[in-house]
Amino acid sequence: MFFKPKKTPPKREKGLKVPDDFWVKCPSCQSILPNIDLEKTAKVCPKCSYHFRISAYEYANILFDNGIEREIGKEILPDDPLDFPGYKQKLEKYKKIYGLNDSSIAGIGHIDGIKVTGFFTDFGFLGGSMGSVFGEKFYRAATHSAKSRIPFIAVLFSGGGARMHEGIFSLMQMAKTTVGVLELEKAKVPYITVLGDPTMGGVMASFAALGDVIIAEPGALIGFAGPRVIQQTIRQELPKGFQRSEFQLEHGQIDMVVDRREMKKTLSRLLKIMTSSYL
Amino acid sequence: MRYLDFEQPLANLEMELDKLKKQAENNKDELLIRQIKELENKVNQMRKRVFSNLTRWQKVQLARHPDRPYPLDIIQRICEDFVELHGDRLFGDDKAIVAGLGKIENHGVVIVGIQKGRETEEKILRNFGMAHPEGYRKAMRMFSLAEKLKLPILTLVDTPGAYPGIGAEERGQFSAIAYSIKRMLEVKVPTIAIITGEGGSGGALAIATADRVYMLEYAIYSVISPEGAASILFRDASKNKEAAESLKLTADDLLRFGIIDGIIKEPLGGAHRDYDETARRIKKAFIRAFRELRRKTIRGLISSRYKKYRKMGKFIIAES
Ligand SMILES: [Zn+2]
Repeated sequence: MFFKPKKTPPKREKGLKVPDDFWVKCPSCQSILPNIDLEKTAKVCPKCSYHFRISAYEYANILFDNGIEREIGKEILPDDPLDFPGYKQKLEKYKKIYGLNDSSIAGIGHIDGIKVTGFFTDFGFLGGSMGSVFGEKFYRAATHSAKSRIPFIAVLFSGGGARMHEGIFSLMQMAKTTVGVLELEKAKVPYITVLGDPTMGGVMASFAALGDVIIAEPGALIGFAGPRVIQQTIRQELPKGFQRSEFQLEHGQIDMVVDRREMKKTLSRLLKIMTSSYL
Repeated sequence: MRYLDFEQPLANLEMELDKLKKQAENNKDELLIRQIKELENKVNQMRKRVFSNLTRWQKVQLARHPDRPYPLDIIQRICEDFVELHGDRLFGDDKAIVAGLGKIENHGVVIVGIQKGRETEEKILRNFGMAHPEGYRKAMRMFSLAEKLKLPILTLVDTPGAYPGIGAEERGQFSAIAYSIKRMLEVKVPTIAIITGEGGSGGALAIATADRVYMLEYAIYSVISPEGAASILFRDASKNKEAAESLKLTADDLLRFGIIDGIIKEPLGGAHRDYDETARRIKKAFIRAFRELRRKTIRGLISSRYKKYRKMGKFIIAES
C-alpha cells in the first residue's frame, strides 16, 4: 500500500523577508551570509548585489537620519466595503505577522538634514497593494508636503497594484493619489518616486509614474501588466530582462537605476538641487 | 438576434411569435391575429420578468454582448456632425481609441471612446478594445485640444482593459495611463464619462476621471475581471459567477457606493435591442450634465472635481 505524499506548498523565496536568524542564504548567488553583515549593507548581498526585499520601516530607517519622526495617518485602518470573501481574515493575519495595520506607512523625516515627507509601502502586507487606507495615507502625506512646502518621497514595493478585495474602491485610489500629485505640483514641491521589486499595476499606472524623478532599485520588476498575464495573452516567450529596471531605463520610462546603498546619497544630491530655486 | 443563455425561454417564444407573424402575412385570420396579440403580451411579460431580476454575472454577459452598441454607433446617433481625428504625434494611431470633434445640439464637443470592433476583422483592427499607450496619448491630445477650444469632453468607455503586451510595456503603458488620468483630472473644461459596456480597470479609468460619471444600466466597472478574480481567489477561472457577485461591479452597486453619479436606463432587453433609443438616452444624460457643469466657474469645476476624487475610499479611523 502506498501513501500519497502530502504536497508541500512551493517555497516562495521572493516573498520572504530576511529571517532574524544568524545566517541568511542569498537567493541569487547562494552565498551564506551572516545577517549582521547584511544590516551594514542595507540588505544588499555584498557578493552579488542582490537586493533583499525589505519592510517599509526598514527602508525609512535607511533613508532618514533619525527614522520617521512623526507618522502620518497611523490611525487609518482598513474596512471591508464589499464584504469580500476572506478579506477580514487576511487583514487580521497580516496584521499579526507584520505588526502593520495596512500595506503602507507615511511620515516626516530628514534626509541629510533636509526635511521631507515619506511614503513607504510594504510588500509583506498583501503584496503592498493599494486599497482605501493606502490612498488616504498617500493623499494626506502629499497634502502635508504641499502645505508645508517640503519635498515628497515615495518608496514602493507593490506587486499587485490595486487591492482586488476592495473592488472599485481600490481602483478609485488611482485617481485619488493622482489628485495628491496634483496638489504637490500646484505647490511646486519636488516629488521623487523610488521603485523597489516589484512595482506594478495600478500603483505604477498612477502616482508612481508621475514622479518628477523616477528612481528604481537594480533588477526590480516594474510595469503595468504582470509578465504572466502578458505571456498568456501573446503566447510567446518574453525577452530576457523584460520589465526589469534596466529594461525600463533603456526604454526611457525611468530616470535612473540606483543601488540601495547609494539611495540616500542620491536623494540628498537631487533634493539639494531641486530645492535651490533662484526665486 | 443573438440570445444569451438566460434569455433562452424568451428566444423560444420570440421564434414562435415570428412564425405566427409570417403566417399572418398571407392570412388575415382573426384567430391568428388574436394569437399573435396574446403571444406578444406573453413575450413582453417574460422579458420584463427575466430582466427585472438579473444576477451580476448576467449583467456582465449583457455588458459584453456581441451586439452591444459601441462608441461609433452612439456617436453616429447623438452627433449632428463628427470629424474623427487620428494619431498621438509620437508613435502611431491606436484604432482601439476613437476620438474627434463632434457637434451635439449645435454645440461643439470633444469625444473619446474605446471601440471593441464587431466582426473578426474589425475586432483585430480595434485590438478587441484594448488600447496601447498610443491610444491614451491620443486621448490626452484631445483633452488638451478641448481645453484650448473650450469645448466639453465626452468619453465613452467600453474596454476589457489596457492591452497587456510587449510593445505596450516598452512604450510605457503605465506612464500613458497615469498621465491620462492626471490630464483628465486637471483639464479646464467640463468632463463627462459614460461607461457603456465594460469598464475594465486602469485601462477604463484612464479616460473616466470625469466631473460626472454615468453607467448604462447593464454596464460593469471593476478593478479586475470576474475571471481574473476567480483565478486568484478560487484558483479556478470558471467560478466567474461567484467572483462577479463578490466584486459588486454593476451600475446599481457603484451608484450605491457613491462612485458614479447616475445610471442611464437601457431599453427593455438591453441596449443592443434598440440603438436609437439607447443613444437618445445617452444624449439626454450628456446634455443635462453639460448644462449643469457649464454654469460653474473653471475654479469651481476643478475644485469640486478634486474634492470628488479625494473623498473616494472606505476606511475606519481608530479612536486614540
Ligand atoms: Zn548574492
